[in-house]
Amino acid sequence: MFPLDQLAIGQKAIIESIETDFLPLKLIEMGCLPGNEISLLHLAPFRDPLYLKIDEAHLAIRKDVARYIMVKPLMDD
Amino acid sequence: MIKNINVALIGNPNTGKTSVFNALTGLNQKVGNYPGITVEKKQGSCRLDRITKARILDLPGTYSLNASSMDESVVVELLLNKNDPDFPDVAVVVTDVENLKRNLLLFTQIKDLEIPTVLVINMSDQMQRKGIKIDIEKLEEKLITSVVLVSTRQNSGVEKLKQILIDYRSISTLPILDPTTIDQDYFENLGKAFPNQSLYKLWLVITQDVNFTKLERQKVPDSTQFKTQSQSYLKKLQQRETIKRYQSINQILKETYRVNREEATDLRSKLDNLLIHKFWGYVIFFMILLIIFQAIFDWSSVPMDFIDSSFARMSEWIKTQMPAGILTDLIAEGVVSGLGGIVIFIPQIAFLFLFISILEETGYMSRVVFLMDRGLRKFGLSGKSVVPLISGTACAIPAVMATRNIENWKERLITILVVPFTTCSARLPVYMILISLVIPNDRLLGINYQGLTLMGLYLIGFLMAIVSASILNRLLKSPNKSYFVVEMPNYKLPLLKNVAITVWEKTRSFVVEAGKIILAISILLWFMASFGPGEKFSNAEQIITQQYSNEALNDLELENKIASFKLENSYIGILGKTIEPIILPLGYDWKIGIALISSFAAREVFVGTLATIYSVERDAEETIKTRMAGETRSDGSRLFNLPTGISLMLFYAFAMQCMSTLAIVKKETNSWKWPGIQLFSMTIIAYLSALMAYQILK
Repeated sequence: MFPLDQLAIGQKAIIESIETDFLPLKLIEMGCLPGNEISLLHLAPFRDPLYLKIDEAHLAIRKDVARYIMVKPLMDD
Repeated sequence: MIKNINVALIGNPNTGKTSVFNALTGLNQKVGNYPGITVEKKQGSCRLDRITKARILDLPGTYSLNASSMDESVVVELLLNKNDPDFPDVAVVVTDVENLKRNLLLFTQIKDLEIPTVLVINMSDQMQRKGIKIDIEKLEEKLITSVVLVSTRQNSGVEKLKQILIDYRSISTLPILDPTTIDQDYFENLGKAFPNQSLYKLWLVITQDVNFTKLERQKVPDSTQFKTQSQSYLKKLQQRETIKRYQSINQILKETYRVNREEATDLRSKLDNLLIHKFWGYVIFFMILLIIFQAIFDWSSVPMDFIDSSFARMSEWIKTQMPAGILTDLIAEGVVSGLGGIVIFIPQIAFLFLFISILEETGYMSRVVFLMDRGLRKFGLSGKSVVPLISGTACAIPAVMATRNIENWKERLITILVVPFTTCSARLPVYMILISLVIPNDRLLGINYQGLTLMGLYLIGFLMAIVSASILNRLLKSPNKSYFVVEMPNYKLPLLKNVAITVWEKTRSFVVEAGKIILAISILLWFMASFGPGEKFSNAEQIITQQYSNEALNDLELENKIASFKLENSYIGILGKTIEPIILPLGYDWKIGIALISSFAAREVFVGTLATIYSVERDAEETIKTRMAGETRSDGSRLFNLPTGISLMLFYAFAMQCMSTLAIVKKETNSWKWPGIQLFSMTIIAYLSALMAYQILK
């Protein structure tokens, strides 16, 4: 388990836990909840912002927020 | 007897809500502002049948009822205030067929407010391509409402929606979520404290950290005790509410919604790989900017020249057709040229919004934000600020209007405030004449000094914009906490109707709203330049004719002398002389002072005004230059020398010398406060840098 900003491009993971106090509610409402699947689609230069697919939503967030999302990578099948 | 009903369109951004609005109302719409704030208010009307007319309100896009921005709080405020004249009889929640799950979160919240709520599933034309199947009947049963599949692209479903709206009274108002399942103790206590009130509405009022401007607080007298719960606890409850809602939505969709991913074709990843590529992404964006720049700088110049000459001809024509007198002058020189000064901006505004609405409609704009965010956030600017800042190099008016697309108020305000620093095309004539006067036309290592100076002026404008943005970023407090969570929508072909309506609406609102301010100021400036107190002004012709009676002047020369004398003794001339002590340390005389004041109408007027003062023909550029080069100070030295020239260029680079920009900033920020601050601080910056330049170089 590690913070989301360390995920590799194209890697899929499951959201393990989130630090509610530091995450915008909007992100949670867009599906950033423990148990949902997350994948990193693209990175802007300097690995910031991050372009993600969370559950069914496609969205971009900044690195400083991504640190508060802990994920567990899924094995490639 | 026609029956009016209020309909509110609500939905997440990027669900095509505005397309539905356009499909319902066509051009029967008007865009205004909510009183006191700068959120756009879009209203329209639609005849549902012979006896029913719907007043349709297109509410700002929102992801949920937990507002985190001014736009979103408008939605919550309206839906909680039954006394608001816009309070909907029926709410229409517009969703996107591909993001139904996330969109339904908002739907269930609206439904729980016990307002009749219709669900529109938009972009149904995508269903087959994306392999989506929906059991509509079952969905209606589970969501306890009517569901309509709509495709604005294929124009289907809109008639059915109208039928449902006519019969809105038959829609159930039963809520979906029982708030006590979120936290039993908390909500039971709340229920005891405020019996007979909807728990969900109470909860909404308690948790919003936005300021309710319209909502009467008395309705929930002592909600404070429930607010004193720690913020973090309330947020946990909000999170639990979200989880609960998703649980029931997932359950409902499991029985009604099927996606066959095999059938889906993925346009998104193919385009993304190119458009946000670390290298090619920026190249493509740069190319797009280049085309936009080309359009507003170059293509616009054709219609603009035409508008310019047409208004000049109209002005001449009026002078020949009407009896000579003050009224004719007012119409020909005040009103007609004032109107010309408004209409001239239309080509640039229309071109810029043509491009911007296409970029927004296709979903590309979100990619721009993604690419540019990191570079611009340090300065308090948004990724979307790039387009206004670049268009500002053509003209600040359309650029300021283009900031509408920046969602975050603080980022938008900073962009508006710094855009006028970029070198707009109206500064060019001023720079050109000054450069040719004071900068030698020599080369150093093959580089022309004059060209170098012009480039320096462009750079200094950008630099000043960036520097002031970072200062403003420190100074300004944001009214709401805002986070960077940007949805990356699917790529779509732009809908022609939406693009056309945007271009039309932007142009219309500029002409109507900013236009009246521009017209008023230009009439005022005309008045000040055409009238003056005292004998000297009224007897100008006599005085000059006598003075030059010994010299053999032809009619034209005499006319120019009279015009110059009149301007000197007009109100503007007197004002120019009054400010002379203030501008003397910058290296200017009262004649330049007059030109500074009258160029408030538009910067390029500077050159024309000087021509009048020096009593030379306005159109003879070489003559003006020669005359300016020959102009001397009292000690016999050249007036337009290097120090004065540089000082003037810096003044024009930084000063807010443009009434039209002020008018549009007033319109866009919905108050005189920001244009006031802008005028004041930019003038100070301009004055100080011109002062420094002159005193150092002198």
